[in-house]
Amino acid sequence: MATDISSASPPASAETPVAGRRRLPPELSILGVMIGMMLLFEALGWIFVGQSFIANPLRLKIMILQESEIGIIAVGVTQTIIMAGIDLSSGSVVGMTAMIAASLAQAADAPHAVYPGLTGLNPIFPVAAGLLCGLAVGVVNGWLIAYTKIPPFIATLGMMVSARGVADWYTNGQPIGNLTDSFADIGAGWWPVIIFLGVAFIFHIALRYTRYGKFTYAIGANPLAARVSGINVERHIVLVYMFAGLLSGLCGVVHTARAISGQAGVGMGFELDAIAAAVIGGTSLSGGVGRMTGTVIGAVILGILTSGFTFLNVDAHYQEIIKGGVIIAAVVADQYRQRRRKSV
Amino acid sequence: MATITPSTAEIVRRSGAVPGADYLLEVEGVRKAFPGVLALDDVSFRLKRGHVHALMGENGAGKSTLMKIIAGVYTPDAGSFRLKGQEIRLTSPLDALRYGIAMIHQELNLMNFMTVAENIWIRREPLNAFGFVRHDEMRRRTLALFEQLDIPLDPESEIRDLSVANRQMVEIAKAVSYDSDVLIMDEPTSALTEREVGHLFKIIRTLKSQGKGIIYITHKMNELFEIADEVSVFRDGKFVGEHAAADVTRDDIIREMVGREITQMFPKEIVPIGETVLSVRDLSLAGKFHGVSFDLRKGEILGLAGLVGSGRSNVAETLFGVTPATAGTILVDGRELAVRNPGTAMTAGMAFLTEDRKETGCFLLLDIMANMQIALLRGGYATAGFVREREIQTLCLQQKARLRIRTPDLEEPIINLSGGNQQKVLIARWLMLRPKILILDEPTRGIDVGAKAEIHKLITELAGQGVAVLMISSELPEVLGMSDRILVMHEGRMTGIVDRKDANQVAIMDLASQ
Repeated sequence: MATDISSASPPASAETPVAGRRRLPPELSILGVMIGMMLLFEALGWIFVGQSFIANPLRLKIMILQESEIGIIAVGVTQTIIMAGIDLSSGSVVGMTAMIAASLAQAADAPHAVYPGLTGLNPIFPVAAGLLCGLAVGVVNGWLIAYTKIPPFIATLGMMVSARGVADWYTNGQPIGNLTDSFADIGAGWWPVIIFLGVAFIFHIALRYTRYGKFTYAIGANPLAARVSGINVERHIVLVYMFAGLLSGLCGVVHTARAISGQAGVGMGFELDAIAAAVIGGTSLSGGVGRMTGTVIGAVILGILTSGFTFLNVDAHYQEIIKGGVIIAAVVADQYRQRRRKSV
Repeated sequence: MATITPSTAEIVRRSGAVPGADYLLEVEGVRKAFPGVLALDDVSFRLKRGHVHALMGENGAGKSTLMKIIAGVYTPDAGSFRLKGQEIRLTSPLDALRYGIAMIHQELNLMNFMTVAENIWIRREPLNAFGFVRHDEMRRRTLALFEQLDIPLDPESEIRDLSVANRQMVEIAKAVSYDSDVLIMDEPTSALTEREVGHLFKIIRTLKSQGKGIIYITHKMNELFEIADEVSVFRDGKFVGEHAAADVTRDDIIREMVGREITQMFPKEIVPIGETVLSVRDLSLAGKFHGVSFDLRKGEILGLAGLVGSGRSNVAETLFGVTPATAGTILVDGRELAVRNPGTAMTAGMAFLTEDRKETGCFLLLDIMANMQIALLRGGYATAGFVREREIQTLCLQQKARLRIRTPDLEEPIINLSGGNQQKVLIARWLMLRPKILILDEPTRGIDVGAKAEIHKLITELAGQGVAVLMISSELPEVLGMSDRILVMHEGRMTGIVDRKDANQVAIMDLASQ
């Protein structure tokens, strides 16, 4: 069916492209930064330390293992940010779920077990408990944000304080040790990395190709329009925060298994590193924009920084100062990119 | 001749009686390209002192780009710029303001939580010796300004409490407060009622008599003949012609704008009206409207008229479940339907094009395809959650062709499209659902004549296919031209339903203002 309103042909459009253009994935620039950073450390390594930064499998492994835990929660945090929200509670939830999982993962011969009747359990129980607790916290976060309409920053800030409180209260701050070998296996070897990349891949696919992802972007870009388009915005908000909580729980479980002990202070500041990874990876704090691949690269960049400075024997205080600068530079670069795009 | 000191120049400028320079502003050979688009190509434009110069052209014709160049927002790639005979170069909007060029934007740029006076004098607050703001002085200056322009507003009220029309007045007062010689108004009447438009025109005439030049962008032909002295027409980034408003007819201008004849402004066809699909009985939303009842039948276009604030849009939002009703019943195909959210309305076969494209319509950061498919995704086109991209892309491309959406491809961010094309994308979003009942709130607001006619034609076609249409519009000619019946509202009440054959401007306005 045509909607011609004239006998003559329509006028040539002013919007006809003058020159062809190809859209490059936005991650390419950040990937370039990552490679550039590695090469920089490589060069500095030869100059100051007299050895290679990259050609050291052990260092790379430690670096990647460290960042995998941040990465797991960054997968969830990225989604909340794309939806124009934030999750500040993730680090505390890691601490809380670490304690809960550890308390159910103690070996049968553990002295002073938290639950003497529940030792030597199949690892499925501590894992399930950790994941479910994370998920429950996420549901509460989501419910608060969706139905009481308080800002995500406030809701998750409150949860951040409370969850840390639960972690401390759980054993009065005592660490939980003597965990079963079968539970510890979850955090052994490359498993944390595999789990991180696995969840990143799953949610990458979910964001790009499923209805869940399309709705997440839509709500982040314009919640009012999303509502008028028939999306159940409240339910979707709960869903996204639920996944974020679940991933924090997963991180708590993986960390406990890797450390083979549960500590209440675990995950302190993880939420900020996770937000930093997302933002370095190009996720916009104003919502509607962001990709999982960017977050993975962002997490790796944070890892390279930490590992590179340690490699160069840079003082830990300087490391933090420079890391802060890099995060700010990433956001400035992103703002600049967005402004340029808007003026088109 | 003695050197004129700045203060003398100021006095002469204010007197409005500068001899010499006939033209306040002369722009020649302006060219501006954006990546992928040549927005302006060798455009010239002249503005006389004390005149209103209208700019006409379809969306995407380059009017807004030219205005943004004149207001210092964009820097042109080429072209010369003379203000009162003197060559100038503008580098920022602030720069333009210093030269006496002020723009009143289509999207109002006021700070909601600040008062009227604070908004007007922002960055120029009168200060005392300690650097504190002198609120009494600011109030005095605001009142003086309002008196000059005949604006009956309290300088202490907060912007968020004002109607759109009153905000517009504040914007104009702010522009005037810079002692600007050149005022640019970008579709100032798009959200105003007829009475408010009358007030705006009064203000414009006052400004004219003070010797200011006004550049007036509009899509409304009748305004052009009422207020403009000259008119320049643009098409596809090029200057087409300049005329004295007295020497041209409406048809001349339309022909120049679209480069073709538009045979019929309202392509209304009388189609057979079928059975009732939507019945509304005593629908109410506490505090907004009450007791609205009507039937809508297959193939019928029911116009919904009334002044801004009469509750028209609230009725639409309640029907679609955006704000669920507090009383009354909605029957679809004779069955009662509890519309609690937009989802239930969509399942029942309703679609709703909202009034405000930017606020509740577009996902500005997302691309065209994401914008188009979003309503469709709710009801299917996904296997186990995975969106069937291919299928949807085919549908989107069909809509793009059917509605003649001008874009290189569907991956273009919607923010880069002109208003008319954005509106077409939103209409496509709903048409893809094949609705039985189509609610359109201001379907042609702020879009050009060509796109407007295309949308009117489309609405007529849809009615012909048996879709029941409820159309809200502030433009009476549109309501009169398109509707089979017209429901009129006033202050939250229904004041009558008029048949097409009995409808005319007077009858509707009578009901709308009783």
